Amino acid sequence: MRALMTAVYVFLYAPIALVVLFSFNAGRSASEFTGFSLQWYGKALGNTFLITALQNSLIIAFTSAVLAAVFGTMAALGMQRLGPRTRAIFEGLMAAAIVVPGVVIGIATLVALVAVFGAINPAIAGLWPGERPPQFGLGYGSIIAAHGLFTMALVAMIVKARIASLGRDIVEASADLYATPWTTFHQIVLPQILPSVLAGFLLAFTFSFDDFIVAFFVAGSKTTLPIYVFASIRRGVTPEINAVATMVLVASLILILAARVLMRERKTKSTG
Amino acid sequence: MPLAPKTKRNLVTTALLAPSALWLFVFLVLPFAAMVIFSFGERAPAGGYQPAFTLAQYANLPARATAFWNTLILAPVGAFVCLLVAYPAAYYLAVKADPRYRLMLVSLVVVPFWTSLLVRTYAWMYILGSRGIPNLLSMIGIEDVRMLNTPGAVLLGIVYGYLPLMIMPIYVSLEKLDRRLLEASADLGARPVSTFFSVTLPLSLPGVMTGVALVTILLLGEYLIPQLLGGGKVFFIGNALVDLFLQSRNWPFGSAIAVTLVLVVVVVLMVAMRIAWKISGSRQVDLV
Repeated sequence: MRALMTAVYVFLYAPIALVVLFSFNAGRSASEFTGFSLQWYGKALGNTFLITALQNSLIIAFTSAVLAAVFGTMAALGMQRLGPRTRAIFEGLMAAAIVVPGVVIGIATLVALVAVFGAINPAIAGLWPGERPPQFGLGYGSIIAAHGLFTMALVAMIVKARIASLGRDIVEASADLYATPWTTFHQIVLPQILPSVLAGFLLAFTFSFDDFIVAFFVAGSKTTLPIYVFASIRRGVTPEINAVATMVLVASLILILAARVLMRERKTKSTG
Repeated sequence: MPLAPKTKRNLVTTALLAPSALWLFVFLVLPFAAMVIFSFGERAPAGGYQPAFTLAQYANLPARATAFWNTLILAPVGAFVCLLVAYPAAYYLAVKADPRYRLMLVSLVVVPFWTSLLVRTYAWMYILGSRGIPNLLSMIGIEDVRMLNTPGAVLLGIVYGYLPLMIMPIYVSLEKLDRRLLEASADLGARPVSTFFSVTLPLSLPGVMTGVALVTILLLGEYLIPQLLGGGKVFFIGNALVDLFLQSRNWPFGSAIAVTLVLVVVVVLMVAMRIAWKISGSRQVDLV
């Protein structure tokens, strides 16, 4: 039993470890380790295409995660105030946002936006007084919108579970002590749900930062880090990709561990 | 005049839900409707979409039958192989592991799931590629082994990518299991094996169902794993969609395939929920 579990851990981590190991390889080889070197990290960080892709990814992940955390939390708070029928519709749509495959979300967003832009761009051009009318197109906005759809539902799910575990009695006790609904929210509910909101934010950030398939459809001419890595892999395996991959891994590792600590805190508090 | 409490309450509810409702409508409901409309259209001569009302795209679905078969076979098979590895692992974590280290051991399983699937799949390109395992095999005299771009490589990638997602729900259902039931079974003279099959396994079925359903549904829309490890030879519906939208630009046909894929997902989900309802009441999955 123990041996099997060890094998599972080796299976999960050995491939990752290999990628990390070869990112420090002095030579170009992907099979022979010829010495320790940081040269591939230097090459990667000196690559302007890569840095632009990284900046794009950070902007998109941060914006979509902030929007997802705020709107998702508001949705979680609002949903419990709805009647059963409206609530079921709302929860159904949220579930759909999570369950529908990313490839379909990407396609549907692409198709809809191209149709909308195709209609409004000529209209604006006709009405625009100046020389160069603004053109709407795919880019930051469309990626943020498509990522935010999934991550908002994810945050709502996480925060809703936390609210459900709070119990009504603490809110009722606060109301009995003549606290206004706003005071109750601000002083009782918010501090209790804040760790799960933060955890949701971090997961949303991680998802957006790592997503390839949704962005692949709706990125337009923008390049995100996963799109860059994907394109480089198709051109051939080099230690530079390993260096980028290692940096991506470390970034998501930090985020997910922070999210887990926040969610764990909530669990130990609620049980103990 | 101050607002009546009920009106005020409704206003607050509306304000709380307005942004997410708008988002769901504009970026989920509308795009999906647009996709359905596109699926009844025709391909414009230069690629893209041209308005029409025809069922030709749906009639043309058999042209991509291979992608459908590959997906509909490898997704459930992948989920099943995942299950075979995941169940003992989840059992170990929930029942056998030292409680002091349990949290850390569980974390070690979950964390890879939240790191880039692209990078994790890339790692296997590395290992299975000609300079990886085949290279090592040739050193001991076994020549010309091809591992990359085979169904086996795709299956391996699937198990690797989705194992954490399968372990978690099973672990949760096993962890909730009342230990006294196991003791009672042993006290009544059942051998461990028969306790496992008559008590532990049936009680963990909801977790098994959740895991199988989650992994199958995600696999139905998979693109990266067959793309990188199947190398265009083992392709899924997701790969056909990328080709139709970004290369051959046949948007109506692509839309018809995407709509069909969603229908398949809905059917799988409904079947899974049916079975889950039959075997037990409520259960909650902890994905994090």
